[in-house]
Amino acid sequence: MSAIAPPLTRELAVPRRSPTMEALRRLVRHRSAQVGFFLLGLMVFVAIFADVIAPYDPIRPLKDVQRRAPPCIHLLGCPRDQPQHLFGIDGNNRDLFSRVIYGSRLSLQIGFSTITFAIIVGGLLGAVAGYAGGWVDNVIMRVMDVILAFPSLLLAIAIVSVLGPGLINALLAIGFVSIPVYARIVRAAVLSVKELDYVMAARAVGASPLRVLFVHILPNALTPLIVQGTLGIATAILDAAALSFLGLGAEVPKPEWGLMLGEERNSVFNAPHLVFFPGLAIMLTVLAFNLLGDGLRDALDPRLSYRGYEKRV
Amino acid sequence: MSRYVLRRIAAMIPVLFGILLVVFVMVRLIPGDPCLVMLGERATKAQCEAFKERFGLHDPLPVQFVRYTIQILQGDLGTSISTGRPVAVILAERLPMTIELTIGAILFATTVGITLGILSAIHQNSPVDVMTMVLANIGVSMPVFWLGLMLAYVFALVFKDTPLFLPPSGRLSPGITLPPLARVWGLEGVEGFPRVALIFLSNSVFFNSLITGNIAAFWDAVRHLILPSVAVGTIPLSIIARMTRSSLLEVLGEDYIRTARAKGLRERIVLARHAMRNAMIPIVTVVGLQTGSLLSGAVLTETVFALPGVGTQLVSAILARDYPVVQGFTLAVAIMFALVNLIVDLSYAYLDPRIRLE
Repeated sequence: MSAIAPPLTRELAVPRRSPTMEALRRLVRHRSAQVGFFLLGLMVFVAIFADVIAPYDPIRPLKDVQRRAPPCIHLLGCPRDQPQHLFGIDGNNRDLFSRVIYGSRLSLQIGFSTITFAIIVGGLLGAVAGYAGGWVDNVIMRVMDVILAFPSLLLAIAIVSVLGPGLINALLAIGFVSIPVYARIVRAAVLSVKELDYVMAARAVGASPLRVLFVHILPNALTPLIVQGTLGIATAILDAAALSFLGLGAEVPKPEWGLMLGEERNSVFNAPHLVFFPGLAIMLTVLAFNLLGDGLRDALDPRLSYRGYEKRV
Repeated sequence: MSRYVLRRIAAMIPVLFGILLVVFVMVRLIPGDPCLVMLGERATKAQCEAFKERFGLHDPLPVQFVRYTIQILQGDLGTSISTGRPVAVILAERLPMTIELTIGAILFATTVGITLGILSAIHQNSPVDVMTMVLANIGVSMPVFWLGLMLAYVFALVFKDTPLFLPPSGRLSPGITLPPLARVWGLEGVEGFPRVALIFLSNSVFFNSLITGNIAAFWDAVRHLILPSVAVGTIPLSIIARMTRSSLLEVLGEDYIRTARAKGLRERIVLARHAMRNAMIPIVTVVGLQTGSLLSGAVLTETVFALPGVGTQLVSAILARDYPVVQGFTLAVAIMFALVNLIVDLSYAYLDPRIRLE
């Protein structure tokens, strides 16, 4: 028996990858991330090409159609001489399919804009709190605690009641209640590296506080921000739909999914398709962001993934 | 333990103060003259002056805040503009419905959620596990109000005239009423807090029907509460199932579980006494964190199922610009949320003695 280990052959050697490539590889292999990517890709495609995909105008009522008519799909036996309406006709004689298609634009815009707002404001607040410390930190974080002391959707409802109903006000309210999460993430990241040698070194060579913050400290918060942001978009879309459903968000006749549901909720027993399809669209979009968020979390930060799972396998 | 309880209660005071401040500032941020907002657009100048004098709106804001705090501490939540009734009475009428719905949803979410989570964990990677996790992902992504409407459609229309039929709206079937407890107990003359408490108890349908021995009304109320509870409970259920699974899997990999198995304990005992006890802490955390979404979900679900709770009243008050009601209800819900968080914190300390000593 030889005391010397056999030389590492080419097959045994593991190729070296950069951390980014490694994370990307894990993400692409992640089952739920794959489904999430597919669904989100579909949504983005539909949103971009809504003009081409939607057969009718989403706002203008159609002539010669029966109000709240059920879906008419040629492939499923609807007579060929009737015009095709995949999701049926809504209470204002509009093609529901076209409205749901256009709704994807609105929902994606809602999700991205509110969370971008929350990340920018929350991130700045968290960075200032963590970097400055002392009473500044205390004041900012206690205000965040109070915001978190309210159930988020209820606080959003209360804010909309002050600002007045409307889509923009609803978005502001949802963005506002999302701020504390991001402030906490960024503050934690700042605190964890503020005293490390490389930050001290940057400061010692004369980098300005802003440069230290943006170039040396904040990149550490990027991973949790991306993960939380993706999951946050899902919540934001759900909350915006809820506000519109209650009549506090998007105004008639905007093709907003929550509003469509709210308008037709009393016809659920005689025209269930008017409730089913917009809700399904909300669910698939939210599902896409949730799955992608899970995948990103597992890929970008393996420490956060289910430890027990690996232990047993 | 009692020191820990006291410390946690003391820590709640600043949070309650903050909630009070937010609600106070919120109404003062409403653009426009508070008098026109409160009395309506057609109020005259003289009426406005009298209004401002009466509510002390000429005083500096800090003085107003102190007065407001004292009012709240005395249980005075103001008077509704649209109905002229005390907000505290409206709250006492509406709160029981929301509490019953929240409790129904928690029961549904925890029993089903923990069971599914355990099944998933002990049959890891089996079809049961995969199915549960797929359903859990779908469950968290569903809008509560949509699920409610779909459930109402399926159970009230598709299953009509079958034993599976469940009523799609309202708290009780038409024709079934419950008497106010003040009349039952001959306490019609009482005023102040006891009166509000009596209204609260009378409107707690479960309490009222049991105490008056009206079993038919009790069952009717249970049947009316099933669909809303399922709708509100589905998102928490999904999250609880996922958390139970991952938490239990982690514990099952520990050495002391192997020891327990090695000394010949039955798997059921290992699970119940050794694994679940330690897996419970993250689960309790999640249950607690979900109360916020439960309360929000209750608001939405009440609208769908036409239930006379806090949510339906809050939305109609917002649309009618009835600010005292909005203010009082927001305050009540936030305080309830804070209390639930307190209970969750205390239950950690009970489950994990290390937390008490920190």
